[in-house]
Amino acid sequence: MATKNNNVPEHPMERLLRMDRIPHIWCPTCGIGTAVSCFISAIDKFKHPHEKIAVVSGIGCTGRVAGYIKLDSFHTTHGRAIPFATGLKLANPDLKVVVFSGDGDLISIGGNHFIHAARRNTDITVVCVNNFIYAMTGGQCAPTTPLTANSSTTPYGNHERPFNLPLLASSCGAVYVARWTSLHIRRLTNSMHEALNKPGFSFVEVVAPCSTLYARRNRLGTGLDLLKFYHDSSEICHGADPTELDIAFQDKIKVGKFIDRERPTFIDAWNDNMKKKFGDKFDPYGEKKAKKAA
Amino acid sequence: MKTDPKGVLTGEHYLDGDHACAEGALAAGCRFFAGYPITPSTEVAERFCSRIPLVGGIFIQMEDELGSMAAVVGASWSGKKSMTVTSGPGFSLMMENIGLAAMMETPCVVVNVQRGGPSTGLPTMVGQADMMQARWGSHGDYEIIALSPASPQESFDYTIFAFNFAEKYRVPVMVMMDECVGHMTEKVVIPPAGKIDVAYRTMTTLSPDKYLPYVPEKNLVPDMMPVGEGYNIHSTGLTHDERGYPVMSPDAQDKIVNRLVDKINKNADDIIMIEEEDTEDADIIVMAYGITSRVTMPAIFEARKKGLKVGFIKLITVWPFPEKRIKQLAKTAKAFVMPEINLGQVVLELERIVAGKTKVYHVPHAGGWVHDPADIYKAIEEAANGNKK
Repeated sequence: MATKNNNVPEHPMERLLRMDRIPHIWCPTCGIGTAVSCFISAIDKFKHPHEKIAVVSGIGCTGRVAGYIKLDSFHTTHGRAIPFATGLKLANPDLKVVVFSGDGDLISIGGNHFIHAARRNTDITVVCVNNFIYAMTGGQCAPTTPLTANSSTTPYGNHERPFNLPLLASSCGAVYVARWTSLHIRRLTNSMHEALNKPGFSFVEVVAPCSTLYARRNRLGTGLDLLKFYHDSSEICHGADPTELDIAFQDKIKVGKFIDRERPTFIDAWNDNMKKKFGDKFDPYGEKKAKKAA
Repeated sequence: MKTDPKGVLTGEHYLDGDHACAEGALAAGCRFFAGYPITPSTEVAERFCSRIPLVGGIFIQMEDELGSMAAVVGASWSGKKSMTVTSGPGFSLMMENIGLAAMMETPCVVVNVQRGGPSTGLPTMVGQADMMQARWGSHGDYEIIALSPASPQESFDYTIFAFNFAEKYRVPVMVMMDECVGHMTEKVVIPPAGKIDVAYRTMTTLSPDKYLPYVPEKNLVPDMMPVGEGYNIHSTGLTHDERGYPVMSPDAQDKIVNRLVDKINKNADDIIMIEEEDTEDADIIVMAYGITSRVTMPAIFEARKKGLKVGFIKLITVWPFPEKRIKQLAKTAKAFVMPEINLGQVVLELERIVAGKTKVYHVPHAGGWVHDPADIYKAIEEAANGNKK
């Protein structure tokens, strides 16, 4: 194990963290940290050169993830992580591009980009930390806030039906869809690893506690209480029908891998189509010249 | 640097301004286009997507202009020259990520084929009323570069200039076309690839452990490194330090915002391009840009026939504004006349610069059509007679 000058062993995750940015901004018992740990473990296992992996975040608590990961990383505008990642990936198809952001960022202000990236099967992995609330701005209602839950903009309880994220992703065409809570460390890591290896639009939802805002406002105890509650209320239902994955307030949470299927990615479909149209005049986009010669 | 010949359609063509713009982009080496259909700019996207498969690059029609602009910024960080094209309402949506491009110092080109506004306005008819939006339409302080072509040939040429400026200064560059130029068909000469000079962003020569992404070079522009090279770049829309890391402090803000503005303003002499005609001994100087620079000519010819000493300045770059040159000319000229297809935008800058030295006669037009040259002539005559505005 690598050691520093003072003989303190290096933390196994240090290689992939920007240690000069630690301590991070997240609250104690926030679920984002564990999601990041799982992600780093998944990257560690992922057989893709690290210099060819890029992480893109939007805005919000989870939007800060890109800033702590020691890979090429971008902290973009609110809701635009997916189109930014689309540009990165299409301009350099050698990259594995991961979007790591929150429910408000990806599904509310970025909802349109989310559904279209899934429809096109853009080859990116999207990790969505769902804490049921806008946390960075102080605990407002999100498109994921369960019915009746309290937030600073639903002080009498939420009256809007929330999105079921795995259903949204799968109905738009995602090729890989999974959901875990932030205490399913091993299973979440495995899903992230599978998602990274899946060509096309892969989606992993991480149900995570927000101690400071969601737990406090709804009198759900500490972040740790909520972390345990989510884990204990979860039921593993691999392959479950995505229409049955709604999350009600403080109720059962169905987790597992729901979708794992094949569809041509955006670039594959572009190349197949142009090849048909132009024949040998067309050089497949993004394929290595060396591969062609071989 | 010479351009990649693959994108260059050398020869004489009969093209409209929109198509010429797409050819200019391809000739400049643009290999990524993200856009969303909008009149009167759509033909640029159509031309680009029909040409790009065999040139070797990619096109994506995004779900909206918010996504188009974000994708362009991302693609540029992957190392490809990138662009988008839009018109008024789409330009408004792009402002969010134009600000991101300015803050992340991302080379990219945004073409706005201007139509009448505000809001949906006159989708198929000309306007020049997005000029101030081009400059400062996103929130916060920053500077950009904007060019304004007056013909399909200039649409081709200036689009290449735009990419060169974008790469050199790591800044979003606006090609502020207008509907008339976009839909006007004329002869366009595309030179051989060997005759087309293109710029490419300066890559750092430092190793990953020495390189900091936001340390400016002498010209105030930091060297760049695309993703995928092991540099572990971080870039953010937040106020940041030389490492690219967020720093929430007035000092960091002062440093970054001043540099974003200074890298354009202090290099203005290198950037500004204008055409002058008979300005040295002129009593009246007419200033115009885009289609209006052509509509102005009959008025100037008419005035000269009447014996008036009329000079002409055509702005190739509108932003940054040629402040230094205007100050010199303000010492000798009795008045400036400025027609533009808006109710007074670029003219405000002219008025500010010559205030107290000489007069400015503005010739406004709300849009939908170009000026009647007679109205511009009338303003020249008034200026010559010293009539109060």
